[in-house]
Amino acid sequence: MNHSRRRFATIGGLALAAALALTACSGSGGGTGETDGGGDGDLTPVKLQLQWLPQGQFAGYFAAVDQGFFEEEGLDVEIIPSGGDIVPQDALANGDVDYAIAWVPKVLGSIEQGANLTDIAQIFQRSGTLQVSMADSGIDSVADFEGKKIGSWGFGNEWEIFAAMAAEGLDATTVQIITQDFNMNAFLQGDIDAAQAMTYNEYAQLLETVNPDTGELYQPEDFNVISYEDTEGAMLQDAIWADTARLADDTDYQDTTVKFLKAVIKGWVYAAENPQEASDITIAAGSGWGPSHELWMVNETNKLIWPSPDGIGIIDQAAWDKTVAGALAAVNESGAHLITEEPPSTAYTNDWIQKALDELEGEGLDLTGEGFEPIDVTLEEGGN
Amino acid sequence: MIKAGVRETTATDAAAPAPGRRAPRRPGRAGRELGRWAWGLAGILVIALIWESYKLLGPADGVVLGELRVLPRTTDLAMPHIWDMGTRLAEPVTRADDALPLWSVVALAALTTLGIAAAGWLVGVVVGIGLALVMQRWRLAEWGLLPWIVISQTVPLIAFAPVVKSWGSRVEIGSFEWQDWMSVALIASYLAFFPIAIGALKGLQSPDRIHEELMQTYAAGYWSTLVKLRFPASVPYLLPALRLGAANAVIGAVVAEVSTGLQGGIGRILIQFAGQASGDPAKAWAPIFGAIVLGLVAAGSIALLGVILKNYRRTEEAA
Repeated sequence: MNHSRRRFATIGGLALAAALALTACSGSGGGTGETDGGGDGDLTPVKLQLQWLPQGQFAGYFAAVDQGFFEEEGLDVEIIPSGGDIVPQDALANGDVDYAIAWVPKVLGSIEQGANLTDIAQIFQRSGTLQVSMADSGIDSVADFEGKKIGSWGFGNEWEIFAAMAAEGLDATTVQIITQDFNMNAFLQGDIDAAQAMTYNEYAQLLETVNPDTGELYQPEDFNVISYEDTEGAMLQDAIWADTARLADDTDYQDTTVKFLKAVIKGWVYAAENPQEASDITIAAGSGWGPSHELWMVNETNKLIWPSPDGIGIIDQAAWDKTVAGALAAVNESGAHLITEEPPSTAYTNDWIQKALDELEGEGLDLTGEGFEPIDVTLEEGGN
Repeated sequence: MIKAGVRETTATDAAAPAPGRRAPRRPGRAGRELGRWAWGLAGILVIALIWESYKLLGPADGVVLGELRVLPRTTDLAMPHIWDMGTRLAEPVTRADDALPLWSVVALAALTTLGIAAAGWLVGVVVGIGLALVMQRWRLAEWGLLPWIVISQTVPLIAFAPVVKSWGSRVEIGSFEWQDWMSVALIASYLAFFPIAIGALKGLQSPDRIHEELMQTYAAGYWSTLVKLRFPASVPYLLPALRLGAANAVIGAVVAEVSTGLQGGIGRILIQFAGQASGDPAKAWAPIFGAIVLGLVAAGSIALLGVILKNYRRTEEAA
């Protein structure tokens, strides 16, 4: 009796263990939901590390996958979203991925600390960072920051604030820096006087929130908006980074780089001409934003890319120098510098993007965005 | 009423392994079970009531002592109404045509995380019990390993997660390729093995000397002592440890999902919906409820294990 019961217990335990293991397998199968794509022997596998979750900010890359632009170039590109603790330039420097999307100032900091990375395409030609305050706050310019509670996300997203303040003769001790969350609640509840916001994301979050005073959505007139693009603090943002050493002597990697950039260009041209489709593709790729927010994001991202007078992705020397100057001048609230000396000459190159642009010449693509027209997007409550 | 209670008792007793013996002492198992659920439900109702009455009566700006806000704001942004959170769960997640209702998105994500946490928990069980066996067998191993096991838990997860993901992306053995969810499961197991190792060690060491000596007089070797004496004796210690391990595995899985950006799980939608909390405050609470249910389900599965092993639980205090 006792023996059989014990055996029953053992079997029961094993059955439970097996059941748990099975749930584990089925759960993960549904969870990753990515195509293996390992079957196509001819395609070169490429990993691209994003700097955040899938969203309209990266629509061009998702469009290039969806429209088969990468495949046409013989590449099998896996887009890897980032999470809270994954730093794209670290993943690239570690050799976990082949290319990474990251803001220029953040990577300049990593380069000074020894990472060997090169900006091979400056997708965003201008800064999309805003500092938003209430219309009656009296904060109309960076000079008005003094003594105020200034919101910032930290993690390297804050350097434009300090660079712009440095240009006004303010240092970080003259303001109170408050770390911002994933949403704008702290600003809306008055814990922050001027909050950091991207044109394509947090600013839209404000405009899709109900104003408790009026019962309607907040309107642009309710806010004062300072765009860092208009200040000395403006820095270059989303760029494609590659491994400098591999770029120098790995001919396969060089070859892949040009192909990769060609497909990326096609992806962004597609997003410029078909914002609605690009938005739908991004949602299908796992972005959790509502349709109106996603479309707003794609449209605002397009505005940061186009027009690109020298061709999409070409790094503008003046904008680069301004970024470096700002990075050298900026001092954060704990007194730390982002960088202390000029970055090495390998920090950026136009060689590969120029080659990609040249190869695409004559394919009838609008590579400079002369004909680009942004659309009008109406935000719905909650971005839905 | 009484009649129904009696009938209930006989019905359950027919299924119980030892009929008759315990029947007279109980007021009716089904009734007691019902009471337990009722109290649980009442607890939830009380919390809901406190939430709503504070929201109604508390100051809009919360209670601030000096610089410190000791009680939260009562605005709809900070504390949505219970019914708003409830109705939001039934609405589609976005306005897109093929959008699922919010509750089902949360449930699917919770299932994914549960699967990953279960895998992590299993690894934690194997590693934890394995370590406990080694430490019980050799005193020297206990002295050498135990400090390291304790120290292992002081490594912050945010430092650990990117490293695990980075290692994982390089593992490729034959056709086996490391998947991202395995990194998350590994981190979950890292948190889960600790209480299991400690609990199992305590349990394996728990038999009285007199029992060990009795086994020796039977000329029982290490293995039969282990199977017949130590394992049964360890059950009362092991079950709470397994439950702690399950809770740790769930927490580890959620945090690691946030940390590594894994798609599909509850951690991912937690940050995703947190980003939408300004325009859609009720939505951000849905994954929080999902995480709570997830923890309850994980702990509940261990209770199931306890039912299977109930013959060995005589000395266990209600864990």
